Amino acid sequence: MIEAIGLTKSFDNIRAIDHISATIRDNEVFGLIGTNGAGKSTFLKLIAGILSPDGGEILINGKPVFEDEELKKTFFYISDDPYYFSNSTPAVMMSFYEKIYPGFDPAVFKKLLTAFGLEENRKIATFSKGMKKQLFIILGLASNCKYLLCDETFDGLDPVMRQAVKSLFAEGIAERGLTPVIASHNLRELEDICDHVGLLHKGGILFSRDLDDMKLNLHKIQCVLAPGKTLNDLTGLKIVLSEQRGSIYTLTVQGSEQEILDQMRQYETIFFEMVPLTLEEIFISETEVNGYDIKKLVL
Amino acid sequence: MVLLDSKDRRPIYEQLTEKLSDLMIAGVLKEDEALPSVRTLAADLSINPNTVQRSYLELERRGYIYTVKGKGSFVSDNAKIQEHKKQLIFTSLDALISQAISVNISETDFMRQVSVGFRNASTNLREGSL
Repeated sequence: MIEAIGLTKSFDNIRAIDHISATIRDNEVFGLIGTNGAGKSTFLKLIAGILSPDGGEILINGKPVFEDEELKKTFFYISDDPYYFSNSTPAVMMSFYEKIYPGFDPAVFKKLLTAFGLEENRKIATFSKGMKKQLFIILGLASNCKYLLCDETFDGLDPVMRQAVKSLFAEGIAERGLTPVIASHNLRELEDICDHVGLLHKGGILFSRDLDDMKLNLHKIQCVLAPGKTLNDLTGLKIVLSEQRGSIYTLTVQGSEQEILDQMRQYETIFFEMVPLTLEEIFISETEVNGYDIKKLVL
Repeated sequence: MVLLDSKDRRPIYEQLTEKLSDLMIAGVLKEDEALPSVRTLAADLSINPNTVQRSYLELERRGYIYTVKGKGSFVSDNAKIQEHKKQLIFTSLDALISQAISVNISETDFMRQVSVGFRNASTNLREGSL
């Protein structure tokens, strides 16, 4: 289990991580999403022990990560711009990581390399950006670590590769309790595989919840009220956001599908439709509630 | 085996549960047939194994499948699944009736339409099997 407790990190005057507390459970996929500059990469680097906290703690299995070599063998960190030795090839990087990770499996590495069409002895410098990411995903999987810290790893992979990686993650999770922590802007992808999602904004966590929980308890409603009725008449409805175009109200409402249906029956509506929210809509509605609103920028 | 709709906004485990149920009701997955392992299905569909697990748990809760420790999950007795599906259809009927009332369809008209519907359906079945 990875735990952040009151974690704080600043760079000069900038508070990059502001008192974050979160728990990343084993055998689950944790999605880290956030507005640009929210602190996702910084958070991952703190988990990886590349940075040390200014305040609070970041613990893996109960122990602080920073400078703990043994603890660092439990995870593999894939940066959004992975570092490789100059002039090296996948074979060279493999022999390097083999020495660091006791569970590294060269057979798995070679098999995946071939499956992804990457040549073992070709200079990594000649790889495209996407191929470099693929290489590091393969190194990470072959390391057999429990935790895989992925900084925007899916972003930049083509659709076929994304499916392949998701399947490999699925096997890893089912077979050996692999626990991926994935930072990404691609909410559509994350939505399909995450168990739990944490939303960062300006260094703080806006929410950290199980994805299914969120989807089952937040809905979008479109309705037209009976003449003379306004939103104020919808007492008891937990409205988080509302928008009105003509006579049509678009509302984001908290509650289960059944709860909302029961409540709506009490109000006079001429028209009524309800859908669950996508992760993207949840993101937009949560950040909008916290002042991150693009509409104000459009004149 | 199962096609998931990426445009469907419902949680994946809900979709999966529904599609597996439909396969069982249609008889494509037969009584006592083994379901794929969590690991295999997750890898095939490129989804989270926890999602598959959740779906299997729900199917077991409904009585659609049973689990043999160490062996996996198997399709239950068909009758129970059919029964559950009937309940769901009757619940949908309530919603349809509400909608009919809201546009002033009378009970008589509605029942007449139901008879027509059943007649057409059995005609189509006969023609389809020729």
